Amino acid sequence: MIGMLALIRDDSWNLPLFVHVLGAMILVGGLVTGASALALAKDDAKLLRLGFWSLMLVSFPGWIVMRIGAEWINSKEPWKDLPDKPRWLDIGGVIADAGGLVLVVTLIIGGIGVRRLNAGKASGLLRVTLAIALVLLAAYVVAVWAMAGKPT
Amino acid sequence: MSFDQWMLAFHVLSAFSLVAGMILFWVLIVVGRRIDTPGDTLRLGPVAKVGNATVGLGLGGTIIFGVWLAFSYGHYDIWDGWILAALVLWFIGSGTGRKTGEAFNEAPRKALELEEAGQTGPNAELLALNRTSRGVLLHALTSVVVLLIIIDMIWKPGA
Repeated sequence: MIGMLALIRDDSWNLPLFVHVLGAMILVGGLVTGASALALAKDDAKLLRLGFWSLMLVSFPGWIVMRIGAEWINSKEPWKDLPDKPRWLDIGGVIADAGGLVLVVTLIIGGIGVRRLNAGKASGLLRVTLAIALVLLAAYVVAVWAMAGKPT
Repeated sequence: MSFDQWMLAFHVLSAFSLVAGMILFWVLIVVGRRIDTPGDTLRLGPVAKVGNATVGLGLGGTIIFGVWLAFSYGHYDIWDGWILAALVLWFIGSGTGRKTGEAFNEAPRKALELEEAGQTGPNAELLALNRTSRGVLLHALTSVVVLLIIIDMIWKPGA
């Protein structure tokens, strides 16, 4: 039944789904950009800043747009009324919500790291930011896999 | 999870890889507008290589897994209007994307020339190459084409 619902989804879900997918793509794009710049910086202050600001100005807005789209779909779909929600929806939902919290923590750590960098101190906190960004990226790949493949 | 579900997951993951690479290049375009020295220009090279890899992976994955799905998935056919439209848009996007890369490759080439000549300071010509309006226009066009593909994939007009 879930497979049928996914296949014959109502046309009114298309716009919220588009918003959800676009937001998720921006989120992942920001994570790829931020993680790349942080990983390849080799203590270069400009690239370290680029990495942090990519997470802040691309990933975070992307996460907000993705969650708005998710809530919009949630307000329309019949799945929320089912006694047993499909597993792929649980996987995607948990990763999206927990990932948002982790992203905020990452931005706080990265923000302190950039402030320290501007004060001429070591960039250790930005290495922590990179590590968490890579974990987040891996988690969102799993979320995309689950939401797209819809494992039962 | 069926084989087709795996193929669909890889198809969507490839689309994410493609868009992630395009977003990375948008960030580099914005950052590049203030760069006028060879060192700062070349510094972005390794990050751009990640963008090239994700775009390449995305382009290859979307077409391979997408065409597979069109043949394998019972409800759709390769000659369905929305699938043909996506294929046409994919080829247009690949073409404009390649031209975008050519436009933005001129700046690192010039930066390398300047560095080899021992000129490491600000250079007006390099700044102009980093701000190439042709490159921005082509990347914007490619982004619109990719956006149209995503819209086509979600709305599936005529399906």
